[in-house]
This record gives sequence, C-alpha cells and structure tokens, in this order.
Amino acid sequence: MFLAEVLGTVVAPVQIKVLDGEKLLLVRPITPDGKRTGKTRIALDRAGAGVGDRVLVVDEGNSARGVLGNPTAAVKTLIVGVVDYVESERGRYDHRSPRIKLVAP
Amino acid sequence: MYLARVTGRVVTTQRYPGLDGIALQWIQPLDEDGKTMGEQLVACAVVSTGPGDLVMFVDGREAALACPTTFVPVDAAIVGFVEQVESKGAIIGRKARVS
Repeated sequence: MFLAEVLGTVVAPVQIKVLDGEKLLLVRPITPDGKRTGKTRIALDRAGAGVGDRVLVVDEGNSARGVLGNPTAAVKTLIVGVVDYVESERGRYDHRSPRIKLVAP
Repeated sequence: MYLARVTGRVVTTQRYPGLDGIALQWIQPLDEDGKTMGEQLVACAVVSTGPGDLVMFVDGREAALACPTTFVPVDAAIVGFVEQVESKGAIIGRKARVS
C-alpha cells in the first residue's frame, strides 16, 4: 500500500463490466510530507474519497479482487482509506487540511 | 490502472491462439498533466479503442483476467475508454493530439 493524493476524476463511458458504477479517481503517490513520488494511477474508490484528499492505495490484484468479491475482476488499484495523519520520528504530518502540517512530537 | 493514449496499432498474423480476435495497440502512459510518463508499450484492447483515444489500462496478471480467455500471455490490457480526466482543475483528454 502507499500514500497518494487524489488529483481528479476520470470519466470512462466505455469500460469492462466490473468497473460499471464505480468511482474512478486519478491519484499520485506522495511521501508523508507531500512530495511527489512514483507513477500517477487511476484507482477505484472504495473509501469515499474526494479530490484533494490524501488516501491509502492498494495496487495489488489479489487484495483488490478480495475487496470487490469477484475472483476474476481485472482490477488492482483501489483506494482503501482516507488518511488523517502520519506519525514518524520527525513528528506528525497532518493530512486533514489542504496543506500538510508537521506537528513536532 | 494507468492513464494512457493510444498512439498506434500492432498487427500480428501469427499469434498465441488465445489471443485471436483481440486488437493490440501501441500506447503511451500519461501523467496527471497529460504528459508522457515512461516508455510506450503494447496492450490488448479489450475495449474497442483507436489511435488518439485516451484510455485506461491495467498491467500485470490482471491484464490477462480482462481478456476473453483468462490464461493468455498478456501483461497490459486496455480496460476502458476515457472521455475526460479532470486533474487539478484542468481537463485533459478532449482535443489533445498525439505528439
């Protein structure tokens, strides 16, 4: 799993059946302090996330198929959580506000 | 899944039997600004798309699951035709040209 930022929405009128009715969001992996890292992906939202939220993304097929309850779903990128904050030895990175705040321990 | 643009077609007369009837397309992954991200690759078009179209594709084992025959040697499959993407307030997709 990784931390990512929701950048926007994806509209796909033609898609495989398992994606019908699902919300697709464009996500970009970030570090806890908000720096860009990794490749931008399209993820299925299963956590009620919105644009601007920092989320937890799983990019692994078996987990995604388990969540969807469909053993043949061709899906592997899923948003499984909305992140409140990340704690590290440097302090707490608060992700609930638009700008990430570092609160010293 | 990743965002990509179809840049061309790949035609193969002889191929693995399980891949019969599936179009192969040359795609360029895109980032959140619609700029190229990484190398171009060949993907199975499970959903009908053509050059210039914005698409989403899945890679790895899940690509084969998207195909009509699920045990096929495939590592990328186009699973959706994307009409538009709203990213950081800007819309990418429409009217963009293949570079």
